[in-house]
Amino acid sequence: MRMILAAVASAVLSALAAAAPALAQTPPNVLVVGQIAEPKSLDPHAATASNDFRILVNLYDGLVRYRPGTLEVEPALAESWEISDDAKTYTFHLRDGVTFHDGSAFDAEAVKFNFDRMLREDHPYHDTGPFPLAFFFSSVAEVTVVDPLTVQFRLSEPYAPLLSNLAYPTGLIVSPAAVKEYGKDFGRHPSGTGPFRFEEWQANNRVVVSRNEDYWDGAPKLEAAIFRPITDANTRLAEMMSGGLDVMVEVPPDGLAQFRDDPNVKVYEQAGPHLWFLILNTKEGPFASKAARQAVNYAVDKQGLVANVLQGTADVAAGPIPPAFAFAHDPGVEPYPHDPEKAKALLAEAGYDGSEVTFYVADGGSGMLDPVAMGTAIQADLKAVGMPAKIETYEWNTFLGKVNGGLEGQADMAEMAWMTNDPDTLPYLALRSEAMPAEGGFNSGYYSNPEVDRLLAEARRATDQEARGALYRQVDRIVHDDAPWLFVANWKQSAVTSAAVEGFALEPSFFLLLHDVSKP
Amino acid sequence: MGLHVLKRLAAAIPVLIGLSVIVFLIMAMIPGDPATAILGAYATPENVAALNRDLGLDQPPPRRYLIWLGNILHGDLGRSYALNRPVLDEVLERFQATLVLAGTALVLASLLGLLAGVVSAARQFGWTDRAVTFAVLIGISTPSFFLGLLLILVFAVRLRWFPASGMYAIYGGGDLKDLAWHLVLPALTLAVVATGVIARLTRTAMLEVLRQDYIRTARAKGLRERRVIRVHAFRAALVPVIPVIGIQAGFVLGGAVYVETVFQWPGIGSMLVNAIATRDILLAQGGVLVVAAAYVLFNLAADIAQTLIDPRLR
Repeated sequence: MRMILAAVASAVLSALAAAAPALAQTPPNVLVVGQIAEPKSLDPHAATASNDFRILVNLYDGLVRYRPGTLEVEPALAESWEISDDAKTYTFHLRDGVTFHDGSAFDAEAVKFNFDRMLREDHPYHDTGPFPLAFFFSSVAEVTVVDPLTVQFRLSEPYAPLLSNLAYPTGLIVSPAAVKEYGKDFGRHPSGTGPFRFEEWQANNRVVVSRNEDYWDGAPKLEAAIFRPITDANTRLAEMMSGGLDVMVEVPPDGLAQFRDDPNVKVYEQAGPHLWFLILNTKEGPFASKAARQAVNYAVDKQGLVANVLQGTADVAAGPIPPAFAFAHDPGVEPYPHDPEKAKALLAEAGYDGSEVTFYVADGGSGMLDPVAMGTAIQADLKAVGMPAKIETYEWNTFLGKVNGGLEGQADMAEMAWMTNDPDTLPYLALRSEAMPAEGGFNSGYYSNPEVDRLLAEARRATDQEARGALYRQVDRIVHDDAPWLFVANWKQSAVTSAAVEGFALEPSFFLLLHDVSKP
Repeated sequence: MGLHVLKRLAAAIPVLIGLSVIVFLIMAMIPGDPATAILGAYATPENVAALNRDLGLDQPPPRRYLIWLGNILHGDLGRSYALNRPVLDEVLERFQATLVLAGTALVLASLLGLLAGVVSAARQFGWTDRAVTFAVLIGISTPSFFLGLLLILVFAVRLRWFPASGMYAIYGGGDLKDLAWHLVLPALTLAVVATGVIARLTRTAMLEVLRQDYIRTARAKGLRERRVIRVHAFRAALVPVIPVIGIQAGFVLGGAVYVETVFQWPGIGSMLVNAIATRDILLAQGGVLVVAAAYVLFNLAADIAQTLIDPRLR
């Protein structure tokens, strides 16, 4: 028996010794990025998750893109554009001499192919979808080729967010030749015009992209980037600490605190167009009263939530328009301060009788941060001003089904979070009188204010950025005061890189742009 | 023997069909559908309806089930909604990875478990027995996700002896040595509980056998204790242990879900977790079907092995 034991032990030891020496280090200028999941598809029109977007924005270009550090658009594949006076025709002048990674030429026909494939059910390649976010362009009635370098978008109604949607991954331009070649499998054989070209996708292990030497905006510094899916947050942290990753995104709050004191890594943070809020049921129950809605906005200690539960990974939110939309957010709109006395006074004024409110809490979900812990903390703050809340927790998909159907007869408040790319999106889908759940909208708390409706409609017709911004700033002020929601937090995206990584920056769009990054 | 195997295989078919119905029903009954999961915040009823139509989910469930069953008979498990690729490709790729991990863990658990059990029984109530029993109890009661993280912390982050996650090195590598190196921590983690169970059972079985008359006879003949244990007792004690190893194979496959998640092992367990979270019905069904079929086969293999060792069962 001892002999067997000794044999096993020596076999194990020698196997380990043979394997141990080669702790693989990545060479200079190859960047390993830790992702939170395997990408679903590298077809930008089929993708819906920010996890996929991080890869896509490096493979493809859109007609326009966000200027670095902002959510305002600048030229990309289109060098310039004109908007007609009725705001219904957009004419784009395309960049000359750009080719897709597969060698085919980028021109007006290619642009038309991209949008027809997504929007027209009779298009021969429409069945290479589905294209879940195609409704971003539902106002596009027709795309026409004027000449090889000019393309025209005719809209069925004025829709000012069009440009911003074109800068979103759903607006990225794919190679028609590659779609025709690979059909439904295009998402695994992507070809665009971006700074990196696709090399390989090893399922559940890595996606590799390499430098596009011919990139129209100058070749990137990195030779290659490798995206690794690591779903478990703790494992992702361990990989970062053991040197297996150069960049890690969506760092859990606990990990971020640890990395801040570590000289081997750099920590980056950037507030994004994200809002974490509670929908209040304005139709029935205590929150039918504006005073009661304002009261809970005063009652909750948002600063404490952000500092303790979220450990500094978010800023306190003021109103419905996140400050990341610099042109549309009113800097005069300040967060409701934490003032329990004022909250009690307002509740008394509202005639609230201390009856229990029902509070829907999600167990997780995209952009929901730490919903259970936050729900519990909010419950405690409400109790402190004499409002007992009964928490009901649901799994994310179940939760969405319940909340999107409207809160009437079910709950008084519900957690929710949105991340958008245009100041129009969230208020237009979730605060208008015409966006009630029965009509397919997201106004689950039944807020209705004709003035807000009018301003939002007008903002869609305004093509001048400053004029649009002024309208949204009014919306920001009115909704802040009406308090149909309890405004809690704007999430800050976080990333850590190893000390060797240079030129890295986070964008308010939450895209991960690697064009200017290097790792000498 | 051949007939017996065929019969057992045939009996597995209704089990698999029943399973597929149950999985289909559960996936159909849990709230939320693939379209809602894909669209997330943008899941307006209008968008959901459009996407469901594109995914072929606007058909009534019984019809969808029959279409699915019909396609399976043609070897087509459908296309994953979330991953945009054929279910069969994904499932086979993932299942191979799981087999490598679970297989290594099972071999490890069997060797260590049998060894520990025999040593423990041979030295009943001695210090070796106590030490082994103590270690085994700790092993059985440590949750594998916790043990996994602990091993990562010590051996990957602190000592940097082994990689923290993955199946192959992200740059270079890809050979057998690379695989073995990545296997050590997850396979150990996964093996621990099964090792404990097998060790406890082997110890009991050995103790029982050692009290039998023929063992006394063997000892009385003047055989050395080592030979008594190795030749006479061990073989007899194996008979009740083998089916348990077969059952442990099932548990190891099930336990792989946690270990795969912690170590980012690209196996079928973590695939199923994702498939259910994203309501990827076809992928979940295909995955469960393959795992269930494997479970049935493992038990069958254990049965056959038992029959070979113990002629009385033939």
